[in-house]
Amino acid sequence: MRGFWVPRRIVMAVIAGLLVLWCAMALNWTWLADPKYQALIVRGIWTTGWLLVVTMVLGMLLAIPLGLAQAAGPWWLAQPAAGFCGLIRGTPLLLQLWLLYYGIGSLFPSIPWIRQSDLWPILRQAWPYAVLALTMSVAGYSGEVMRGAFKGVPYGQLEAAKAMGMPRLTIFRRIWLPQAFHRVLPTLGGETVLTLKATPLVATITVVDIYAVSSRVRQDTFIVYEPLLLLAVVYMAIAGVIVLLFRWLESLVPQKRV
Amino acid sequence: MAKDGDRRPEAIQVTDLHKSFGTHKVLKGVSLTAREGDVVAIIGGSGSGKSTMLRCINFLETPTSGTIHVAGEPVAMRPDGAPSDRRQLDRIRQSLGMVFQSFNLWTHRTVLENLIEVPVHVQKCPKDVAVERARKLLARVGLAEKEGAYPAFMSGGQQQRAAIARALCMEPKAMLFDEPTSALDPELVGEVLQVIRGLADEGRTMILVTHEMKFAREVASHVIYLHNGQIEEEGPPDQLFGAPRSERLKQFLKSVA
Repeated sequence: MRGFWVPRRIVMAVIAGLLVLWCAMALNWTWLADPKYQALIVRGIWTTGWLLVVTMVLGMLLAIPLGLAQAAGPWWLAQPAAGFCGLIRGTPLLLQLWLLYYGIGSLFPSIPWIRQSDLWPILRQAWPYAVLALTMSVAGYSGEVMRGAFKGVPYGQLEAAKAMGMPRLTIFRRIWLPQAFHRVLPTLGGETVLTLKATPLVATITVVDIYAVSSRVRQDTFIVYEPLLLLAVVYMAIAGVIVLLFRWLESLVPQKRV
Repeated sequence: MAKDGDRRPEAIQVTDLHKSFGTHKVLKGVSLTAREGDVVAIIGGSGSGKSTMLRCINFLETPTSGTIHVAGEPVAMRPDGAPSDRRQLDRIRQSLGMVFQSFNLWTHRTVLENLIEVPVHVQKCPKDVAVERARKLLARVGLAEKEGAYPAFMSGGQQQRAAIARALCMEPKAMLFDEPTSALDPELVGEVLQVIRGLADEGRTMILVTHEMKFAREVASHVIYLHNGQIEEEGPPDQLFGAPRSERLKQFLKSVA
């Protein structure tokens, strides 16, 4: 412990402590005691959390074929995949979100068989459009990342598998995909953090995530600064968890001499 | 190679093999027979086609024409030379243990995982059986303590010995070596050659592309000298190295001596 508490660290810790103390004393946190807001905050964090996890997982599942098609597919697969990635990466997520929600989302009610279908109770809500837009965004960006990842696996690795009589699907599943994944884990960690910070956009189509909750507090109480501080802390905490998770994933397979 | 009246079964037979890359003819009709227990060494200058010839045997390169028999079974080919039966090819490839110049151990797996990968996940051998077999092989190539290591943390010589063990672990009928020591630092060549010599001594069928002339002379039962995509001279090692007939081979041996 003595190694850690060197003078400069003590000074920094004292400054940080004073800052937190000042925030706690000088600012108005009374609204945090309100059970109504407590429930909203928990719900908001939960929404932001599941939205991130679900769209990352779905997006990556799409990114794998998108990357593979571009890296090794025939032109009639590679070109549409490249086109999709270019379209997603070339337009703002906010625009995609609004096009889906206000475009398709407002078209659906005018189509009788959709209105009458069992899916209507879901389709009339906002979250399916949020999930769809974020998933496509993750797929577009990560599809491009996976293209490079698949191409970057040295050919000798695949040739060894071929020479030993591995069927093609087994080579993909056991050699190519894991190696491609491992190469881009740091990039994917960054993509995940970026996706986290793209989630507040869903508040613009009425999904109640943690950002929407902080706006709500501000509108109700006219307290501006404190909900934003809380928001910063929440996002930083989630980003921290993501970074640690990806560090751990990277450490599982030490491919390079450290 | 077979003396007349040799009754040992043929392990690998290559007949009139041609291979072109575009308009460039790399192999112009080469043939080779390795009976069980034969060690065939292929020597030749760079660009002579020796690696291509070896790689055509397990179809890492697609022959332009010619036939390949492995253990008497012809590899099914389309008229353009491409393999036409993937399942047959995968099965035949499992009977030919290939060792590469650049080792090509799978970097995301430990040494032990590299060895049991094909036995467990392709050949459907029970895991404990494969692990036991792998540990015996690792002990044999002197890597018993390295089973948990990742390839990136091993020397080239250790990686190549592990790669040989990996090929052996799928219990192949014959071994193919593609310049196994060419990527190694000089002081690491010996340990790999020693392992290969051990395999030759126990009567394994092998085809070996190499630059190590002294080694080829010691272990091979038959030597093929390739020049410009054709077999310039072949025969028992003492004859080829001791009394070469072709002028080109004489030149070649002088240049590598």
